Amino acid sequence: MPVITYRQALNDTLRAELTRDENVFLIGEEIGQFEGSYKITAGLLDEFGPTRVRDTPIAEEGFVGAAIGAAMMGLRPVAEIMTINFSLIAMDQIVNHAAKIYGMFGGQTPVPMVIRTPGGGGQQLGATHSQNLEVWYAHVPGLKVVAPSTPADAKGLLTAAIRDDDPVIFLENLSLYNTKGEVPDGEQVTEIGKAAIAKEGTDITVIAYSRASVIAVETARKLEEEGISVEVVDLRSLRPLDRQTVCESVRKTSRAVVLEDDWLSYGVGAEISATVMEGAFDYLDAPVRRVAAAEVPLPYAKPMETAALPDAQDLTKVIREQLEATSFFR
Amino acid sequence: MADTTDTTADGGAAAGASWDNEQSEVLLDYYRQMVLIRTFEQTASEMYKRAKIGGYCHLNSGEEATVVGLMAALERRDYLFTNYRDHGYALCRGMEPGAVMAELFGKSTGVARGLGGSMHMFDTEVRMLGGYGVVGGQLPVATGAALALTYRGEAGTEAEALMCQLGDGTTNIGAFHESLNLAAIWDLPIVYVIVNNRLGMGTSVEAASGEPELYKRGASYRMEGDRVDGNDVVAVREAAAAAMHRARTERKPFLLEAMSYRLKGHSVVDPERYRSSESSEEAKESDPLPAMRDWLLAQGVLDEDKADQIESDADQQVDDAVSFADSSPDPDPADLFDYSYATDVANAPHTLPGEPVVEMP
Ligand SMILES: Cc1ncc(C[n+]2csc(CCOP(=O)(O)OP(=O)(O)O)c2C)c(N)n1
Ligand SMILES: [Mg+2]
Repeated sequence: MPVITYRQALNDTLRAELTRDENVFLIGEEIGQFEGSYKITAGLLDEFGPTRVRDTPIAEEGFVGAAIGAAMMGLRPVAEIMTINFSLIAMDQIVNHAAKIYGMFGGQTPVPMVIRTPGGGGQQLGATHSQNLEVWYAHVPGLKVVAPSTPADAKGLLTAAIRDDDPVIFLENLSLYNTKGEVPDGEQVTEIGKAAIAKEGTDITVIAYSRASVIAVETARKLEEEGISVEVVDLRSLRPLDRQTVCESVRKTSRAVVLEDDWLSYGVGAEISATVMEGAFDYLDAPVRRVAAAEVPLPYAKPMETAALPDAQDLTKVIREQLEATSFFR
Repeated sequence: MADTTDTTADGGAAAGASWDNEQSEVLLDYYRQMVLIRTFEQTASEMYKRAKIGGYCHLNSGEEATVVGLMAALERRDYLFTNYRDHGYALCRGMEPGAVMAELFGKSTGVARGLGGSMHMFDTEVRMLGGYGVVGGQLPVATGAALALTYRGEAGTEAEALMCQLGDGTTNIGAFHESLNLAAIWDLPIVYVIVNNRLGMGTSVEAASGEPELYKRGASYRMEGDRVDGNDVVAVREAAAAAMHRARTERKPFLLEAMSYRLKGHSVVDPERYRSSESSEEAKESDPLPAMRDWLLAQGVLDEDKADQIESDADQQVDDAVSFADSSPDPDPADLFDYSYATDVANAPHTLPGEPVVEMP
């Protein structure tokens, strides 16, 4: 199987879908001539021309809204918002329009569109440019929110998102773009709404998504050398949420930790934790723990930023604490 | 305004006739500031490559005449808001080069304690209330600050007024239009200054703006506007000072457009592959620094020795800034939660990643 970067997987998929369906077009800031702020759309303007790869002024509310309108007319826009931080400017269009138009008008007109946008901190971009706001969208009925962690899922989920008849927020992550992985050739459609077991294990379950899932898998591999068997559930889809897979895993391992890049309060981990309470309470040996970002506007200075963001060390520490608390090491 | 600004200005590097009437000391001072900004930015770029600076780093290189002219038009009592391309404004407004460099280095001695970084220069002492990284973010905020000025004081020659800088690309975002309208209906003492460096990242003004003569965009709000040659430091100062005077005395907002150039990439990591060689050439040829140097030399205000001296003084100042930044302490992660809230509040979260959030009895 070819090994390619997450970035390349996205680029290949956009190309394939633009080729497959004339109704698919790309829209966003600096996606054409500039080839995308993070070069995800490199080469596509040359190949498909400015009608299919439409550069916009700096106008998130305007162009995201325009994508919604075009989708109502049967086109399949794939909008790129440079980073999730700037999606706040388009919030009303996304939440009050994209998410509402199908249901509020009695199911007459679907809104088949995708908003691709990267989140994530750790690049010293400061408080306004480093946020993980996916949970804001995951809160909203009518939206689907996916967050692939591997190049293969980037391909499979982006393909699914573009072909989906509902608005899909497609969450990327700045620190994943250069990561590599095996990606099967040919058409791959990953079903939206399904988590994956990223690594099997028996002693403890780590639930994660996007960048956090990569860290969880790496941590699991390391701990395996010590005889600790960690199962990693990669949520892949934040809305809908595959509660079944989460609970099944926790029923098996009896211990659960959530690793998430967003802030702790009201975050993804809170939702997972509540789900585990409902679906696996009797199986739990210890309370669910959350490893999330410190609740501060993220500082620019490197040591401060590092302290505020969750990493493999934090996760390892909490896994050990969970195991110790449940007499695993005796 | 027409006598102080050149509405046909396209950013040509030639000095305006207005320079003849300026005192040589004033011109020399402007030149010194421009050289300081250029040197500071070149060093910042260098320090970025050496990984002393992280994140985004946007330079004022090419815009020095605009920056210095605008800042010369402000009184100490005036307020300033800018976008993220803010190092030069911070320096001219009076922040110490060492503290600005320390901010870039993320040190505790930085103007924002190293918490803000390049895009977020802020110092209440010199009344520069940010550096803002989200395009258009500064506009409503600056408009509200101008509202507060009308709330607190009367109009008049001694009144405080406010300048809000923005880029050309920023005139396309909703916040720009909402803000201008508010300033117009509320008669606010604010001067919006578009630094038109012809590019928003890789996008030209023509490609992005239905009305590419950006100063005319104020017309929708019956806000007066004008365009000035951003490479002519005196013309910029005159235009901006007249607009500020009007804001002070008549409480009328104004939309000023300074035609400038971006000498380098959007940020220090942008290789500008999208940029035509003509566009880069044009920016180089219009560089306001050599133009001003030549003019000052031709006028006899400057000789080669003195010119060299100005450059080596700037080098020294920036070297000192680097040493200061380099030897300053990092902020302490133990203080991570110190600035989340201005007030003490019960149950404010203060757990690091992985720490338990509930204390067990
Ligand atoms: C709302 C928002 N959208 C996109 C960006 C990314 N971005 C940063 S700077 C920039 C271009 C701004 O151009 P301009 O206003 O001309 O200012 P200049 O950089 O030329 O000073 C863009 C698109 C952002 N920071 N905020
Ligand atoms: Mg610009």
